[in-house]
Amino acid sequence: MSNLSLTSAIPKLIRAVPRSRNFEAMLIFWVAGIQAFALAQIQLSILQVMTWEMLLYWAPPAVTAMIMHWVLRRYAVKADGLMLPLSYLLNGLGIAIIYRLDLAELANGGTELYAQRQVWLSCFAMLVAALIIRAVPNHLALRRFPFISGLAAVVLLLLPAAPIIGRTVNGATLWVGTDDLSFQPGEIAKILLAIFFAGYLVSRQGSLAEIGSRVMGIRVPRAKDLGPVLLFWFASLAVLVVQRDLGTSILYFGLFLVMIYTATGRGFYIGAGLVMMVTGTLVASRFFDYVERRFDIWLDPLSSANYNSIGGSYQLVQGFFGMANGDVIGTGLGGGFPQLIPLAESDFIFAALGEELGLAGVFVILSVYLLLVYRGLRIANSHPDDFSKLLSLGLSFVIGLQVFVVAGGVMGLLPLTGLTTPFLAAGGSSLLANWAIIALLLIISDSSLRSNR
Amino acid sequence: MNRQVRRVGLMLTIMFIALFAMASSIQVIRTAEFYQDSRNVRASFETYKTQRGVIVVGGEAIVTSTAVNDDYQYLREYESVIYSPITGYFSIFSGSTGIERAMNTYLSGQSSAQFFEQINALLDGTPVTGAAVELTIDPAAQRAAWDALGNRKGAVVAIEPATGRILALVSKPTFDANLLASHSFGDVTDAYQNYAENEDDPLVNRAIAGDLYHPGSVFKLVVASAALESGNYTVASEFENLSEYQLPGTSTVVKNSSGSSCGSGEMVTLETALIRSCNIPFAMLAVELGQDRIRAQAELMGFGDEVGIPLAVSPSIYPEDMDLAQTGLSGFGQFDVRVSPMQMAMVTAAIANQGVIMKPQLIATVVASNLNVLSQPQPVVFSSPISRQTAGFLTRMMVDSVEVGVAGRAGISQVAVAGKTGTAENGPADPYTLWFTGFAPAEAPQVVVTVVVEDGGGIGQNGTGNQIAAPIAKAVMEAVLK
Repeated sequence: MSNLSLTSAIPKLIRAVPRSRNFEAMLIFWVAGIQAFALAQIQLSILQVMTWEMLLYWAPPAVTAMIMHWVLRRYAVKADGLMLPLSYLLNGLGIAIIYRLDLAELANGGTELYAQRQVWLSCFAMLVAALIIRAVPNHLALRRFPFISGLAAVVLLLLPAAPIIGRTVNGATLWVGTDDLSFQPGEIAKILLAIFFAGYLVSRQGSLAEIGSRVMGIRVPRAKDLGPVLLFWFASLAVLVVQRDLGTSILYFGLFLVMIYTATGRGFYIGAGLVMMVTGTLVASRFFDYVERRFDIWLDPLSSANYNSIGGSYQLVQGFFGMANGDVIGTGLGGGFPQLIPLAESDFIFAALGEELGLAGVFVILSVYLLLVYRGLRIANSHPDDFSKLLSLGLSFVIGLQVFVVAGGVMGLLPLTGLTTPFLAAGGSSLLANWAIIALLLIISDSSLRSNR
Repeated sequence: MNRQVRRVGLMLTIMFIALFAMASSIQVIRTAEFYQDSRNVRASFETYKTQRGVIVVGGEAIVTSTAVNDDYQYLREYESVIYSPITGYFSIFSGSTGIERAMNTYLSGQSSAQFFEQINALLDGTPVTGAAVELTIDPAAQRAAWDALGNRKGAVVAIEPATGRILALVSKPTFDANLLASHSFGDVTDAYQNYAENEDDPLVNRAIAGDLYHPGSVFKLVVASAALESGNYTVASEFENLSEYQLPGTSTVVKNSSGSSCGSGEMVTLETALIRSCNIPFAMLAVELGQDRIRAQAELMGFGDEVGIPLAVSPSIYPEDMDLAQTGLSGFGQFDVRVSPMQMAMVTAAIANQGVIMKPQLIATVVASNLNVLSQPQPVVFSSPISRQTAGFLTRMMVDSVEVGVAGRAGISQVAVAGKTGTAENGPADPYTLWFTGFAPAEAPQVVVTVVVEDGGGIGQNGTGNQIAAPIAKAVMEAVLK
């Protein structure tokens, strides 16, 4: 090899690692810095000293994020550069606030601690995500198994209602497992459903978009094409009835509507779907007490009847009090009383963050989510392949919708549901599912830029 | 498909804008509403950071705050259950009552009088400590009243008539404030639930804030005052001495508790009627006087007033718009006349203190942690409802009532005790409410004592005020005079 060719190869070698990867590395350092700062503030505020214990909550996720970065560099070099740091930021912030709640629990003589567990679950989920990136070089393979995915999703959804292994927590049947080890299969089901919808809709795209007759100026699809919509509407209502959780039902049906709309371009599906959803829920609220109770609480959380009843609005109202206490700039980490909110480490972690980081912090967290979702939609927008488009749209939308339903529930915009806050809330299933979504989105974005070349 | 993707993006943006709007509503627009909500314990959490002041009785702290190693920083501790009705409780989870509530700004160090302390705290970091509140309660009298009341349901009030200082304030059954001040949410809610559901209402201070009682014969002191003050009656004024009296416009018949006439003779004097506590002459007197005159007298003595000692006293009631028969019944404290024990103590104090009621007061001094006296309520006149002469007449009759009449069991050897009993009916088969109100020594009163015992002291319609309430009052008087 001559000298000349070597020098001409150097620019190519540098360009082989796109700027986004280096930017990603920089952002990961920056996020690690933010998390260290948060942990330090928590320790100084509550313990008055900084201890080495802080490293337990900082180092493992930082190292795992770097491992994931390295895997991307190696196997998906052209993948989106913002998604990993943004998800790591949310995940790290979640660990910090859970650690803060642990310190309050310890101060009150309690023993229910979550932060250490959350650290290892986060690392595990990120490693699984890295493994997916390494093992699935081409996501188009997923296209071959739409019905297997669909079937698996249905099985997973029905598992919590199964005898022995199924578990009901706080009125919602969303878990399988034992007291010590439980799992929410619904979290994984949402990925499988997105794969199923994407595969199915791409193959039926044409016929579903076919124009049927016009009814009162609205283009209505042919009756036989409405079949799947009706089927899925029933399925999500069945989820509502079986699992007793409105959130899961909204999440799956919303995902379905948005994906069928995107595939066909027919706004009719969204309009009709929303009407069906609202009607279905209203009818359900007449027949099922637990749905009706959720609605009562939502409409008037401050009434003393709702506040004092068991399973009433106590938690919701305590969340309001916490967020209101945070005001615009928050009490500062360790300065508020988020431990007064029941389940502040999981279902109400948004309210806990709202109290200590204030409206400013809430805006930042919501913006991070929105940015993450935008990056996903950007992949959908630029990918040349329809299956990839639909899948990446579905996966990013499901994160956005879940945040909307959870944060909306905590703030009283929607009835409260049993969904988890992606990346923030304590809980392994949710972490695993959302990191897997990020892994898939990263793979798709990588393939998008490769095929665009 | 890209058009749809962009639309989905727009849709998500709109959904997130709704979240931004909702967060702004909670964290900016509605903060004051949420902060002031009584269920928001965060407001009180701020106050947990200061060590709450002690409550002192007879030079000893009966309520203290001890530093503990949890979120709430200080544990409120109550030394004796006998003070519970007065101090109330300070609970993290169930709010506060009694002195803990009424004096909260001082106890928590937030009163404007502690302003400079607060500034110092900001400047040099020394935490503000709440002010100490010293009560007027005499521990010996409080203990005597508590012990004498025994297991009965009821209340005892003792007042120093010349100043209005409250020497004893007992209510039974009561609660253990330590259970409600605990830092364990579960324990507190359980304890609160137990107390709240207990049909004996242990959380209520019966002396000032319970369901008001029928006064029965002790109300005759008010009616007699109204008569003597009207100028139309003297102690020698005479009424027809009947053994049965038919109330005007009805077939209802009133009897004396003896079942016969009020002593011998055709006529009976007001003096005799009060000493022997006869119902018929007082029913006739009330009809003659008219309800307006009696009500005016009652209101001068504090009926309809919350008083504020500084705890609020449930206003006692002399009903409006009665017909003549009802007015007759009100003459001996029946029909819908309802009083608090504190109110009857005030009526008695007017007689003991030569016609002047001094405003009852529980607070002796409030002392800041730097030993500055922040508040020291001086005796103030509440009202002058009767003349010195009327007070003198009534005192004489009440002394006779103890010495020769129906209040004999309040008598103390070597001391002239003035007293009036009451045995109020609550319904045909319901147990009586038993009363005693009086003072000692009659010539220079040091203490007014009012006792009420519910449910006939446990013996239904067989007990009398003299039998059950008078000995309790005697014990309290002895404790003060000793």
